[in-house]
Amino acid sequence: MTRKQKRLTVIGGALGFLGLATALTFYALGQKASYFYMPADLQQATLPPGERIRLGGLVEEGTIVRGQGTEVAFSVTDKEKSVKVVFNGLLPDLFREEQGVITEGTFRPDGVFVADSVLAKHDETYMPKEVADSLKAKGVWQESTQ
Amino acid sequence: MIVETGHFALVLAFALALVQSSVPLVGARFGNERMMAVGGPVAITGFAMIALSFAALTIAYVQSDFSVANVWENSHSLKPMLFKITGTWGNHEGSMLLWVLILTFFGAQVAAFGGNLPASLRANVLAVQGWIGAAFMLFILATSNPFARLTPAPFEGRDLNPILQDIGLAIHPPMLYLGYVGFSVCFSFAVAALIDGRIDAAWARWVRPWTLAAWTCLTGGIAMGSYWAYYELGWGGFWFWDPVENASFMPWLAGTALLHSALVMEKRSALKIWTLLLAILTFSLSLLGTFLVRSGVLTSVHAFATDPSRGVFILAILTVFIGGSLALFAFRASSLSAGGIFQPISREGALVLNNLFLTTAAATVLIGTLYPLFIEAVSGDKISVGAPFFNLTFGLLMIPLLAVVPFGPMLAWKRGDLPGAAQRLMFAFGGALLAVLVVLLFVDGATVFAALGAGLAFWLILGALTDIVLKAGIASVKPAVALRRLVGLPRSVFGTALAHLGLGLTVLGIVGVVSLETENIVTMRPGETLQVSGYTLRFEGIQPFKGPNYTEDQGRFVLSGSGGRALGEIVSAKRFYPVRQMPTTEAGIKTLGLSQLYIALGDATADGGVVVRVWWKPMVTLIWLGGLVMMIAGVTSLMDRRLRVGAPAKRARPGLSAS
Repeated sequence: MTRKQKRLTVIGGALGFLGLATALTFYALGQKASYFYMPADLQQATLPPGERIRLGGLVEEGTIVRGQGTEVAFSVTDKEKSVKVVFNGLLPDLFREEQGVITEGTFRPDGVFVADSVLAKHDETYMPKEVADSLKAKGVWQESTQ
Repeated sequence: MIVETGHFALVLAFALALVQSSVPLVGARFGNERMMAVGGPVAITGFAMIALSFAALTIAYVQSDFSVANVWENSHSLKPMLFKITGTWGNHEGSMLLWVLILTFFGAQVAAFGGNLPASLRANVLAVQGWIGAAFMLFILATSNPFARLTPAPFEGRDLNPILQDIGLAIHPPMLYLGYVGFSVCFSFAVAALIDGRIDAAWARWVRPWTLAAWTCLTGGIAMGSYWAYYELGWGGFWFWDPVENASFMPWLAGTALLHSALVMEKRSALKIWTLLLAILTFSLSLLGTFLVRSGVLTSVHAFATDPSRGVFILAILTVFIGGSLALFAFRASSLSAGGIFQPISREGALVLNNLFLTTAAATVLIGTLYPLFIEAVSGDKISVGAPFFNLTFGLLMIPLLAVVPFGPMLAWKRGDLPGAAQRLMFAFGGALLAVLVVLLFVDGATVFAALGAGLAFWLILGALTDIVLKAGIASVKPAVALRRLVGLPRSVFGTALAHLGLGLTVLGIVGVVSLETENIVTMRPGETLQVSGYTLRFEGIQPFKGPNYTEDQGRFVLSGSGGRALGEIVSAKRFYPVRQMPTTEAGIKTLGLSQLYIALGDATADGGVVVRVWWKPMVTLIWLGGLVMMIAGVTSLMDRRLRVGAPAKRARPGLSAS
């Protein structure tokens, strides 16, 4: 092989590799990215059964029910609609009523959301960005000034 | 008064940075020696000013001077002294000041130890450092003044975020910034070379120690941050693929690539243009990281008080520096001469492969991190890209890369002998195969993935050891001769082997904890016991405890091994900080060999018990021990004769060196 051919082979190989990596990345983005919804958004959305989503909102007052052992049920609300969520595990330290949370999981056929993770932010003045944006758009919540 | 002095020193430093950005540059352009010489003293004085400014803020924290808004927001008079000091950078304003402190510190290093750099290169490097410094000092003065006063002064402060009241804050941010900002020197060298239009192997020899130092600190910063999140957040995870973590990981990946490509450039004077581009990209990713962390555009487990105006300012800095340097690169790179040639199978070839994989991996992390922003801008949909995406793409890219790592150091420069290298790696391969079999046959619950992962880790570890054994000739010559050779090996050979060994240890730790971890979430009443991986855990009950600025409920557990052997007590607590009205989890962690038992307390249940989460984390400590070994590797390499920090003396035959 001449020097030029060799270089072309190397560049071709590298481009092929990059192409593969790009294809993999976008395939994975299509498969593994999960969408974020607020309870009121769910009406328009048609979710395939078993689709993983992130559900965000405020923990509705008076809905936290501790069940057997580590099971907890509560409702997530955007002050318009609310969705019942069940979760089996340890809740984050900052989980409480009226706190902004993001839960991740899937819907059961009966419309109850089964979360496998619950996120509350580690700052008492902090609201998850998605939740804050949506609540602000609805005029339910204003940014508190420090 | 002290506070005003600090503020004034910061303004002075900004003025000095403006001088540093312009005068040496003009001097270098017109060959005026006196103008070029201005850079050094100005850089050192600028560092002194920022140090003074930082000291003033620290004193305000130590004295709990709540007339300073920043101290009032982030401190409390009852806070332990260590956290008063570390609290200086436990907030946005203070941490930006630390950022600039480290930047000017590096600038002063170049000024102090760069005496034997060519005068024009040194002047240009200092000028570019001056630009970065000036931009960030203006940012602090305009949007994030840490010295703003409050009148009337409040009587008591609002306390530091409890999560940050930890020894981790003393180590993690300074280390991380030393890494992030250390790459600014490489960036400045790259831009200076582009301005100069000249680049040679000597350039790489000057840049490599900086890259190595920055990489070592960044490795330590990331490892420390990972361990801190692991024990402090109470989730028991070591890596979340959170945007803020990715922000520090991308420069690490690019920096690792830079470390390897600079080697090729130094030894073989090839890959010049690529190395230059990597130096620019690495620091650009550091800047992007600063932007992601400081602007709050992405949802993250790290809660920083964020402010959109700051985000816009940093975005402007980002655009100017990244855009400007890349434009300069596009404009000037073609004028730089290409370097030496090599066969695809060679040390150079292996390092090119390394670069290809590492930069692609950095790119996938970048895409995954920014994709939600892109989608929201385009369609308004809110999505999250999390661990499943990164594990798939990043994992798939890493496996082939890790598999070829041991071959690299075995291949000769210019033209390598692949069958020969494979032959020399026979023992390592045999050992890796043995590890696969042992895991498959003797470890309960091990999957094929776990076995292959362990094999890969042992392949890396044994490959690194083989390298040392062969280079010292331990197997082939008399022990006394081998020992002499071993001692005489260049430090950088040990550095390479140790770094690859550390990587293997980290991989082993990750494989262990990902595939063999067990988790129990149970309700326990006092006196009840739980069996975990052959250990017996007995819950003693909960006792209240009062700390200096918090109260806590301590859950006490007694651990015993097989046959009732007592292994001591584990205390896991739920802490409450009254000033911020904020609870935190203090996990109880017991290290048993390389593994850990991790206990987090949950809420009390109606029937008098408490929800307890108990993890068995096999070999988890290896993840961070591997990081520590990589740091030691970096320091070892830095002590190599050829690579003194600063600038080594010119050699008789520049561009060539024996290895």
